[in-house]
Amino acid sequence: MSISTPQMPLNSSHEAHQIFEVDCMVKSNAPVNGEYRLLKLDAPQKILDCEPGQFFHLLCPVSGNLQPYFRRPMSIYGYYPDKGELHFLYKVTGEGTAALATLQPGNSLNVLGPLGCGFDIKPDWKNLLLVARGVGLATLAPLALEARRQNKQLTAICSARSSSVLMSIDYFRNLGANVITVTDEDATSNIENLRRLIELQIAKTGVDAIYTCGSNRLLKLLQSIGRQHGIPGQIALEQQMACGIGMCQCCVRQFERNGKIVQERVCKEGPVFDLQEAIAC
Amino acid sequence: MLDLTTKIGSLTLKNPIMPASGTFSEDLAQVFDLDVLGAHVTKTITREKRNGNPTPRVCEVRGSMLNSIGIPSKGVEAFIENVIPFYADFDAPLVVSVSAGSADEFVTLCEEVSVAGVDAIEVNISCPNIEEDGKAFAMRPSTTEMVMRRLRDATDLPLWAKLTPNTGETTEVAKAAEAAGADALVVSNTLLAMAIDIKTRKPKLGNLMGGLSGPAFKPIALRMAFQCAKSVDIPVIGCGGIASIEDVIEYLIAGASAVQIGTATFIEPKIMVRLIDELPNYLRSQDLTSISELIGSVRDEEAADGLVFIEAAP
Repeated sequence: MSISTPQMPLNSSHEAHQIFEVDCMVKSNAPVNGEYRLLKLDAPQKILDCEPGQFFHLLCPVSGNLQPYFRRPMSIYGYYPDKGELHFLYKVTGEGTAALATLQPGNSLNVLGPLGCGFDIKPDWKNLLLVARGVGLATLAPLALEARRQNKQLTAICSARSSSVLMSIDYFRNLGANVITVTDEDATSNIENLRRLIELQIAKTGVDAIYTCGSNRLLKLLQSIGRQHGIPGQIALEQQMACGIGMCQCCVRQFERNGKIVQERVCKEGPVFDLQEAIAC
Repeated sequence: MLDLTTKIGSLTLKNPIMPASGTFSEDLAQVFDLDVLGAHVTKTITREKRNGNPTPRVCEVRGSMLNSIGIPSKGVEAFIENVIPFYADFDAPLVVSVSAGSADEFVTLCEEVSVAGVDAIEVNISCPNIEEDGKAFAMRPSTTEMVMRRLRDATDLPLWAKLTPNTGETTEVAKAAEAAGADALVVSNTLLAMAIDIKTRKPKLGNLMGGLSGPAFKPIALRMAFQCAKSVDIPVIGCGGIASIEDVIEYLIAGASAVQIGTATFIEPKIMVRLIDELPNYLRSQDLTSISELIGSVRDEEAADGLVFIEAAP
C-alpha cells in the first residue's frame, strides 16, 4: 500500500495476473435505510486479497430501460476472505446504480478487480482521524477495519443530511471507534463546527493522520487543518471512468506535487492520493 | 489443422485479433497474457509531452461511447525508454501508433520510433493538420498522399494508415494512401459526434465533441472497410464496434484481413482472448480451415461499382 505513485512493474507479461474479471453470485441486495443499499456478493478468494480504499469495476445488469454501457467503479465497503464475501454500499443516483438495485439474490454480477492503490497506515501512526460524508463513509469502512486490526486509535467524524441517513455509525462503533456525528438538520455539519471538532480532537488525543473521501468542501478544510498542524492525510477521489485499469486516460485529475501541476489517473495511481496534493475541483 | 494466421504486408500475424490504439496498454497484462494477441498496438504518441483534453473525456450513449481524450503523451523519449522495452518480452509484433500536427513532425517521429523492437508504425492521420486548415490529413486524398509519401521516405518499417470516417472521400483517401506507399489501412478511427446533458444543457464532453465508437458505430466502419478493401490491393484492418465473434467474421467477409478491438475491451477486458478462442469453433462450424477463406468473401457480385463506392445514403 502506498499513496505516492506506485508504478506497476513494467517487466514481463508473464507476471501474475493481479486483476480478475469474475462472475459473482448475489447473496443479498437490500436497502439499509431510505437512501442506501448494501450489496453482498459470494466472491472467490482470489479477488478478496484487497486493500482498504481499492475499488471494483462493476458490469451493471442491463434490464428494460436501464441500459448502462460502461462498467461503474465502486469502492469496496467490505472484503471478507474468511466468509468469501465482497460488499458494496451504494446510493441509487443514476442508470448504473439503478440497474444494480434490480439485482436479486441468486443473480450474477460480473466484477473486475481489485483495482487501484489503497490507503496507507504508517506503523508509527497511532491516532487516526476519519472524516467523511454520506456514502463516502463506505469507502473508509475497510480502512477502519484494518486500523482496528492494527490496534490503532480511531476517531470517525460522520456527516450526513439527517440522522436517518447517517451511514455505518454502528459499524465504526463496533470497531471501537470514537464516533462523532454531524448533520445538516442539526446544523452541526458546517465547516466551522467541523473545524472546531477536529481541533478539539487534535488537542485532546493528538491526530497522526487524517483520512477522507470525495467531498471538495471537506478536502479544503482538511488540507487547511493538515497544513496548520503538520498532520499528513490521504483522500480517496472519484472520477468518471471507462476502462478502470489505466488504459483509456479518461479519469485523470490534476495534483500539485513539488510546486508543479501533474496529472494522474484516478483508477491507477489512485483512487487514494495524498491529501495535500489533491486539488479541489 | 485450422489456420488462423493472416498476412498484413510482410508481417504474418498468428491470428487476426489485435487491440485498437488507445484501448490497450501494458496495464492489460495484469488481466491476461498479452502474447495470445495477433499484434500489440500502442496508444498514439506525439513527439512532445501533452496533457490531453479537459474532463469529462468520455461519456456513454446508448450502447456505445464518445471520447475526447486528446492524445495525452509522455513524449517520444519516455515511450522509447519505457514502453517499447516492455513489449520486447512478447512474440506478438509491436505496432506503434504515432501522430503529429505537421508533416515535418510526423517524419521526425517516424524516424525516432523506427527502432529495434518495433514491427510496424500505425500512422494516426485522423488528427488535425495544423499546417493546413486544421482538417485531419486523412480527410482529403491530397493531404493523405502528401504526408504518407513523406513518411514512406522516413522509415523502412511497414506503415499502416489509420483513416477517418469523417471524410466524404473514403475510397479516394484509401487509394491515395496506397499510392503513397502505405502497407495497410486501418479502417477506421472514431466518428465525430456530440451529446448534451439536457438537465444542465452542458455538452457531456469537456471538449464539446468527441469520437463515437462501440457497436453503434460498427455499420459505418464496416461500410468503409468494405469500400477500402474494394478499392485497394493492400490489406485492410477493420476497426469499429466489434464486440462479438460474429462482428469479427462480418469484417473479414467485408474484406478486412484482420481486426482491431477497442471499446469492447473497456466493457469486457478479456474480450480479445474470448474472440481468439471462439474463432476456431466458428471455422469448424462452417467447414472452413483458414480465415483467408473468409476474407473478402462478401457476395456482392451483381453490385455495380457506382453502388460499391457510394458516398451518400441512397
